[in-house]
Amino acid sequence: MMDILLPIVAPFIVLNVVVGLVTYVTLLERKFAARMQSRIGPYRVGPHGLLQPIADALKLMMKEDVVPTAADRPVYNLAPIVFLVPCMLIFATLPFAPGLGVADLNIGVLFFLAVSSMEIVGLFMAGWGSNNKYALLSAMRAVNQVISYDLPFVFSALIPVVLAGSLKMSDIAAAQAGGYGTGWFIFYPVIGQLGFIAFIVSTVAAENRAPFDILEAESELVAGFRVEYSGMKFALIQLGEYAHIIGASFLGALLFLGAWSGPGPEWVGPIWFLTKAMFIFLLVTWVRWSFVRIRVDQILALSWKALLPATLLLLLATAIIVVWRANGGA
Amino acid sequence: MTADQARALIAERFADAQVEGSAPIVATVPPDRWLAFAQFARQELGCGFFSFLTAVDWKDQGLEVVARVDNLDHNVSLFMKTRLGPGVSACASLTSVYSGANWMEREGFDMFGIRFEGHPDLRRILLSDDWEGYPLLKSYAVDTPHPPYR
Amino acid sequence: MTAPSVKRVELDYTGSERLTMNMGPQHPSAHGVFRAVLTLEGETVVGVDSVIGYLHRCHEKLAETLTYAQYPSIASKTDYVAAMTSEFAYVRAAETIGKFEVPKRAQYLRVIVSELQRVASHLLWLGTWCMDMGGALGGGATIFLYCIRERELILDLFESLVGARLLYGFFQVGGVRYDVPDGWIASCRETVDLLDSRISEYEQMLEENPFFMARAQGVGVITRELAESVGISGPLLRGSGVNWDLRRSDPYSSYEDFDFKVPVETAGDCFARYRVRMVEFRESLKIVRQALDRLPEGPISSRPGLKSVGQTRVPKGETYVRVEGARGEVGCYLVADGSAKPYRMKWRGASFSNLAILPHIIPGHKVADIVAIMGSVDPVFGEVDR
Repeated sequence: MMDILLPIVAPFIVLNVVVGLVTYVTLLERKFAARMQSRIGPYRVGPHGLLQPIADALKLMMKEDVVPTAADRPVYNLAPIVFLVPCMLIFATLPFAPGLGVADLNIGVLFFLAVSSMEIVGLFMAGWGSNNKYALLSAMRAVNQVISYDLPFVFSALIPVVLAGSLKMSDIAAAQAGGYGTGWFIFYPVIGQLGFIAFIVSTVAAENRAPFDILEAESELVAGFRVEYSGMKFALIQLGEYAHIIGASFLGALLFLGAWSGPGPEWVGPIWFLTKAMFIFLLVTWVRWSFVRIRVDQILALSWKALLPATLLLLLATAIIVVWRANGGA
Repeated sequence: MTADQARALIAERFADAQVEGSAPIVATVPPDRWLAFAQFARQELGCGFFSFLTAVDWKDQGLEVVARVDNLDHNVSLFMKTRLGPGVSACASLTSVYSGANWMEREGFDMFGIRFEGHPDLRRILLSDDWEGYPLLKSYAVDTPHPPYR
Repeated sequence: MTAPSVKRVELDYTGSERLTMNMGPQHPSAHGVFRAVLTLEGETVVGVDSVIGYLHRCHEKLAETLTYAQYPSIASKTDYVAAMTSEFAYVRAAETIGKFEVPKRAQYLRVIVSELQRVASHLLWLGTWCMDMGGALGGGATIFLYCIRERELILDLFESLVGARLLYGFFQVGGVRYDVPDGWIASCRETVDLLDSRISEYEQMLEENPFFMARAQGVGVITRELAESVGISGPLLRGSGVNWDLRRSDPYSSYEDFDFKVPVETAGDCFARYRVRMVEFRESLKIVRQALDRLPEGPISSRPGLKSVGQTRVPKGETYVRVEGARGEVGCYLVADGSAKPYRMKWRGASFSNLAILPHIIPGHKVADIVAIMGSVDPVFGEVDR
């Protein structure tokens, strides 16, 4: 009985939790940004603005669904869905505690990285289907940027994989357990820190977050590929974006910060996992609200000339060290 | 280059110009010498800074085109004027000498109807392309009705 | 020595390589209402045709129907961000023709108010420029909010002096309209000290940021020859190596009494213009301090209580008077015919000439650079369209 129910109930629970988390993470970001700018942020809807995300969701659901006359209807209508599905699917392989996850595949990290790159298809469909030059320009920039930064993203994510010796996510988390936190891969001498920094930079860029958010650059392209979307379709795109960021934060917490390892009994594990993921998210948010964005050719130069060679060298160094240690090196 | 030297040069080269004052030097030239005077001001007097160009409608006496250029290094200001004469609304364009004259002359055309000969792109700049009439002429009443904006 | 030629912009769709895109009058970073029809080859701008006139209110015709006492409060609506310097030019023009004396106290008050206005205007420039480069949801908005917070302090000072925050009727022919209330000088001094410390913070925040430097350096270079030929002025001219500041070269309203530096940078790019304006912040605050220390007693206007239309007659004559506004040379060419209303008033807006430089420098840059360049040119469309 449980064998039949569990594969149905578990994804349902995970999806709902993720959607709830994503809506409240937007509130967290708004409050955090507001404090950085010496103001308060949402305050009136509910105590301290706690009902603001619900109000926003209701508003978006009640909006009229406008489709531009000359837009390519099938492409335009499908784009938000094609964008959202990979962003939700990445949560399938994340184990929230030892044994608590939807599908702990033994190629977990590979699945995550491959599926998260699929969002670019939805993005391009949105830009093309809108029949709008701003959206098209933004979609062209997006394809450029996401493809360039997915490579360093993959290579920096592979560093913990090589250190742990497995693509299975729970194995990587288990390899960092013990030692009161010193086993976390971020504390691995030199390679851990550099790998973490490379991971954060390529995550920010692959998710189109500032300072790499040229494709939604409001001041140039007026919301980029999203410019023709309103109402629920816009909500889906936003949901997908934030889900992707949260998913990548969870991945970063798992790969580098030891996932659920932390002081206290075992059932506190998922809470530690959440805390670490939020820490990475806030780091990314902090960067977003502090920097101006750089131009597209500078972004691409950074990726191909600096980040990609750096992550390749780091991966090579990691592999050499692992083999050396395995062969009995000191 | 002082103001007196400039005045002397102008008197020498443009005998038919009326020159007054020294800060700024006000020089009134006939319309057919307008472009030559501007070139002279830029090259000989070193007045490279183009301040503005506009027109004044003197009703029966016709239009007058006014331009001001400055020599920033020696702090010499030159006011060039030319009376186009009653009924005349064409003048030589200064765009080949000063780039700033491009937009200023478009505004002169827009507001006064002066056709600047030699201007690369003479069209209305501030008003919409289908506007009728030239508002800053004294013959254009302040409460002239115009069609609602489309 | 002919002027540099302008590239003819082809606005038709020329095959599959060029894209014509419209940065329309409604755009988050158009700084007002400005339309640029861009011809793009990929991400590079090949041609730009700027369309202005969306804010045209025909100030020049309006001035012919209003008396010299009525117009100054309308004059502030040309450059509405730096409204005090806008009124200054018109009022001085009327005073020059009529040879009206302005009392010393009024002159010092005019200087204090102009310099505070310059600081407020530059704060708005810095905030909106960073917002254009960084996004309304992003790092730019952070600096924008800090600058607005500082600008509010200055606007509070103006509110207690004049009664209005943004568009004042402070200047009148012969002097100023209001005197400083009690305690204003002390709060002005406090505000000036606070602004000084905050500006160092912003400089540090921006100049230690490699992203900002990458966006601003080498972008939008204006050569000296082009600058003078087009007629740009203010921080744009000083950023291209020309040492020209009307407060120094053609002093008016007691500016010769004050000791201040005129910043000049030779690089001609956006960063040079940024440096010029950052130094101008400090110098303006210095001038305000000196003026507050030495504020003389006396009347605030040589023609107080002007109420009836007939009292504002200005004798026949014509003049062109210019003022160093926050954006450059704001001038008023006034032809008076002896009555209470001008015969012809031409408003030389600094932003109109500054904006004319765009078709010359934008081609060759990327789309993202357009906003950086437009922000550093800092147009205010009230002045462009009048």
